[in-house]
Amino acid sequence: MALEDYKNIIHRCFRCGYCKFTSDYSYLGFNCPVYNKYRLESYSPGGMIWLIYASLVKGELEPSEHLSQILYSCTMCRNCVEECKFKFNEDIVNILKAAREEMVDKYLVPSMVNRFLTNVYDYGNPYRELKQNRGNWAEDTKIKQYEKGDEFLYYVGCVGSYDTTSQKAARALGNVLLQSGLPFGILGERELCDGNEVDMLGERGLFELLKEKNTQMFKELGVKKVVTLSPHSYNALKNSYSNEFEVFHYTQLLRDLIKSSKLDVSKGFEVKVTYHDPCFLGRYNNEYDAPREILTAIPGIELIEMERNRGNSFCCGGGGGNFYTDVLSSGKDSPSRIRVREVYDTGANILAVACPICMMMFEDAVKTEGLEDKLIIKDISQIVEESLL
Amino acid sequence: MAKKEELVCNSLIEIVGKDFVSNEREDLYLYSRDGGSTKPRRVDYVVAPKTVEEVQKIVILANKEKVPITPVGGGLTLNGLVIPIHGGIVLDMKRMDRIIEVNESSRYVIIEAGVSQGALISYIKKNHPGLQHSVPEAPTTATVVANLLIRGHGTLAQSGDNSNMINGMEVVLPTGEICQIGSSCASPYWFSKGPLPDLAGLFIGWFGTTGIVTKASLRLYPRPGKRDMMLFTMQNPDLIPDVVYKITQTRMADNIGMLEQEKPEYMKGFQFIAISISGDSEQEIEYKRGILGKIPQTCGDNENEVTVMEAEMIPLGVKKRFLDEPPFAAVAADFRKGGGFQYCGIMMPLERVPEAWRRGMEIAHKHEMLFQCANQVLSSGHEVMFGFNYSFNRADEEDVERTREAMEETNKLGLELGGIPWKADLQGQKQIIEKMDPNTLELMKKVKKLLDPNGIMNPGNWEG
Amino acid sequence: MDIYSSLVNIVGEGFASNHKEELYIYSRDSGAQQPRRADYVALPQTVEEIQQIVKLANEEKIPITPMGGGLTLNGLTVPTKGGIVLDMKRMDRIIEVNEKSRYAIVEAGVCQGALQSYLEKNYPHLQHSQPDAPPTATIVGNVLIQGHGHLSVTYGINSQMVNGMEIVLPTGEVCKLGSCSISPYWHARDPLPDLIGLFLGWFGTTGIVTKLSLQLFPKPKFRDLLTFSSDDIDLIPDFILDTTQLNLMENLFIISQQWPVWTQHVLYVPIISAQDQQELEFKIELHKKLLRKYEGKITLVEGRNAERMRESRLPIPPVSLTLFADVKQGGGFQYTGGILPIEKIPEVWPKALELYHKYGQPYIYADQLLTSGHNIMFGLAYCLNRADEQDTEKVREALDESNRLILDMGGILWKAELSAQKLMMERMDPNTVKLMRRVKKALDPNGIMNPGNWDA
Repeated sequence: MALEDYKNIIHRCFRCGYCKFTSDYSYLGFNCPVYNKYRLESYSPGGMIWLIYASLVKGELEPSEHLSQILYSCTMCRNCVEECKFKFNEDIVNILKAAREEMVDKYLVPSMVNRFLTNVYDYGNPYRELKQNRGNWAEDTKIKQYEKGDEFLYYVGCVGSYDTTSQKAARALGNVLLQSGLPFGILGERELCDGNEVDMLGERGLFELLKEKNTQMFKELGVKKVVTLSPHSYNALKNSYSNEFEVFHYTQLLRDLIKSSKLDVSKGFEVKVTYHDPCFLGRYNNEYDAPREILTAIPGIELIEMERNRGNSFCCGGGGGNFYTDVLSSGKDSPSRIRVREVYDTGANILAVACPICMMMFEDAVKTEGLEDKLIIKDISQIVEESLL
Repeated sequence: MAKKEELVCNSLIEIVGKDFVSNEREDLYLYSRDGGSTKPRRVDYVVAPKTVEEVQKIVILANKEKVPITPVGGGLTLNGLVIPIHGGIVLDMKRMDRIIEVNESSRYVIIEAGVSQGALISYIKKNHPGLQHSVPEAPTTATVVANLLIRGHGTLAQSGDNSNMINGMEVVLPTGEICQIGSSCASPYWFSKGPLPDLAGLFIGWFGTTGIVTKASLRLYPRPGKRDMMLFTMQNPDLIPDVVYKITQTRMADNIGMLEQEKPEYMKGFQFIAISISGDSEQEIEYKRGILGKIPQTCGDNENEVTVMEAEMIPLGVKKRFLDEPPFAAVAADFRKGGGFQYCGIMMPLERVPEAWRRGMEIAHKHEMLFQCANQVLSSGHEVMFGFNYSFNRADEEDVERTREAMEETNKLGLELGGIPWKADLQGQKQIIEKMDPNTLELMKKVKKLLDPNGIMNPGNWEG
Repeated sequence: MDIYSSLVNIVGEGFASNHKEELYIYSRDSGAQQPRRADYVALPQTVEEIQQIVKLANEEKIPITPMGGGLTLNGLTVPTKGGIVLDMKRMDRIIEVNEKSRYAIVEAGVCQGALQSYLEKNYPHLQHSQPDAPPTATIVGNVLIQGHGHLSVTYGINSQMVNGMEIVLPTGEVCKLGSCSISPYWHARDPLPDLIGLFLGWFGTTGIVTKLSLQLFPKPKFRDLLTFSSDDIDLIPDFILDTTQLNLMENLFIISQQWPVWTQHVLYVPIISAQDQQELEFKIELHKKLLRKYEGKITLVEGRNAERMRESRLPIPPVSLTLFADVKQGGGFQYTGGILPIEKIPEVWPKALELYHKYGQPYIYADQLLTSGHNIMFGLAYCLNRADEQDTEKVREALDESNRLILDMGGILWKAELSAQKLMMERMDPNTVKLMRRVKKALDPNGIMNPGNWDA
């Protein structure tokens, strides 16, 4: 929807600030990663909405580079939607997205965002990596290409395909699925960006193009069920694409496979684990339980909850393309470093993640914080793989 | 009489009338000393004004002739606060004794500066029996206003110190203007101190160095139908913070006092915590008694017990002290059959009380005195007014000197413990100033200079 | 060096701005006031940084406006003569909680929500007095505007709960006030000559508070409320008298609104709290018994509406006030906070209703008793639609007339916006005004601190 469609809502923000917090106003920090870092009111959800109203609706302020910097610093983590007390809360992120679409139209987009979008258009991924290398991560595995008739399409996504840290998760999930005996395959070099981040960044046209191409390809291949590595892919395919195929996040699938004994995790291992709820699985799609059910089914794992968990999870700072564009930027108060410190305080040895973006963000943060020998980042797929008999 | 003195005296007579001015030796004698141990200091004139206009004229005169003014209410601080340090005029406010108005709906009373506790107590009891004010443990001649201004506390201490109960004041500034402070500056009603830029603070705790309060509006509170008290005993001051904390956690006590005395013999070695409770029904009182009565068994251990004293066993003297309205005070002055009594009141955090207790006892013994302390828990446990009491024989100069030394040492102890001496006598003020944040001291001086450019108001106090 | 560069030098890159986007946000709040120019925003993190900014401001004769949550809705944290807005919220450390003496030392930017959650986690038997405001409101801001909270009926308004402060004076010195000026404990405001009053209610014109020690109170385990309904406004002072004479309630709201329909009465909402169930029931019973003498003119509300009131008013803080902002789907509201003697309520009530009708606004009476029956915060709220300038102008006019009404009745205006300050100063004892001016001049000789406020 365009900004026009929200014009009856945008001026209704009271700037009360509930959107900055967790549901219980945790003193650990503000739960809006942008506001928590910048602390200028303009960088709060309310501040952004007021600025969108002033510049793009009322025309009081000329849209500028600085405005674009502000609007693109948001990771779209949806905490504000969760916490806003007003009836229009559902639309807060949509308003920001629609505003970004206008900024794209005006060519007022931070240069890194521009690069991200151009790369996706040209290469099908933000990294500017060659298409033909997209499937290389699976080279030393027995994971095969998707063929018509396979029950599941295992959709990996750009980050899982190209980022060396996240590739480990991609491989682990693939191996686990192989163990389960489930008929599945990957697209490899045929795979195209799902467009979730492109959508979040306001490039409507490109998103529609990707959606069309993906939908076409899936149709031709007769895909009925998709299981995604990334919650970002899950979100796009499930909510923004057509309903012609069923979409699962892999934790939902693995949970069911463990329950129905198609996967035997009884080997287990003794370790203290804490789990970080990714925004696009948790707040966007209300899936908080499946990952936990997996972890508690594995013998030896002691699951410790962080104080800010479930709907109060503090974003890793990588969403909205920020894992690449770095508009939210770094420093000791970057969201991922703050979160890693919180993880460390729980006393857990492993931080379990269920998103390749979270994984790479936290991997970097652990190094910067000097906690490599105290804290290990593992995707849930890796934990399951290691627990398999 | 010297020329200036004659001029001043005649001017004063012109202002208040000859019956209400004196520079006779006998009158000056009484105003140059108080019931405590402070050495007497010179007074030049005593004046007792009746109206604000008279006060104003006196202030203008004092500025012109550079004569200090020291306002006095009941004169019962016992710390010599109302004895001039640099001579000059003692302004006895007690002729300004009108109870001007009681507003029952918004529960306040407007009084002149000289109204005594006794007068207010009886007036309210008779005309507004459903109301009360917070009455300090002092003889009934203490004035209400002065008690507010030295930040005294009373029977309603759980609501804070008495200066919290001020809605407004009429003040004569040292430069002679008459000012309304609080809602009365912009409204016919004296019902609230604000919300306005707070000016009341400029006159609270300043010992008269910033102006003369001529009227005040004081909050009144509902008077409960019934009052009673409980007494806990123990033999180890270390137990006190825990007990007091728990009592305050119940929110059921009106007033919590603690005391220890080495005489009479049966009290020696025991610490007492007295709790006054109230309610509108016997049921309410019994309920509170039940809840509070459970606390002692949760405190201490086998060797150190806290016990609840049976109601019938509570000594009459203690009962009168906590339940009478006003509480019965002044007896301590006769402990040494010597008419002298003074105490060092330290406002300290609850957790320092046990140490204060022990070291206070050491100081008393060191100065050949019996240890007696009378403490009050203020403001729901936020602080404790720890009163180190010294009774002395006024006829024995050595005894008086010992009291002075003990006072000084106790002030020092109080500051060491992180407390603040309440209504600090001159040497106590000096000790405080030595420890004070120097920028804060500068700010104090600035304020005093701002309000009293000629330095005529009770000079010598709060001077760095 | 220009001022912006100096600020960046002091607070660091990213924590100062003169971009028009930031200035837009800081030049207005969510109330009805017209926006006013802001030239810079700075977000200090330490006292030293503030001192340097104050020094700069004195040298360049540029105003400073300190800001906490910015939720007065009266524009008090919007500069009147441009200059620097000092957003204090980066100074957000909870420095210490002293459990035995029940106080918390907080920096100026600590918000209500942070202290609430900190106490809930670490000292669950203690609480602080929380205003009816979003959790982003700051502790210090609320105290300095002499605000009140959910414990104010029992313990007094929130500015009475201060044990001590650390201040940066307009001349740049840092001082400590209260017992902390002498002692390591921040446990007592008394018994020193009071200097703290010089910063309460002065709207930042006398200095910048950087730390504050706030009293904490026992937290009861049980809380509930009652709702009584009446259509007789003349009974209000009597009922307040009765409930305060009983002296068993934690708080008392008096509410009357045009919408929803079931609130079109005088609704008394006493909040009752207790340490155990028996005490709670006992207190509730005694309150219900108060109705007897009113012979049906004040009745107990039960059922669905009583539940609605519980949902609306029992949480700390209640969200209901924040939701006023959406009554007109307009994103804002503002209210006249009239502080009145109790006996004036029946007289003011119908006159206020006339005003609401005159300006075509739905009526919202949001009253809260302050202290145990000494005065009341008589809140006349007006919702606005930010997208409709005409409607907002009407609201401004209505607020002005409400202010005058309160003053005519002998009340005082709480957190008075500029125009309200002028109205009050016009009626004020001229010697008091002079004294205020002298105090401000003595503390702020260059007139850099939030100038325009309390200016005769």
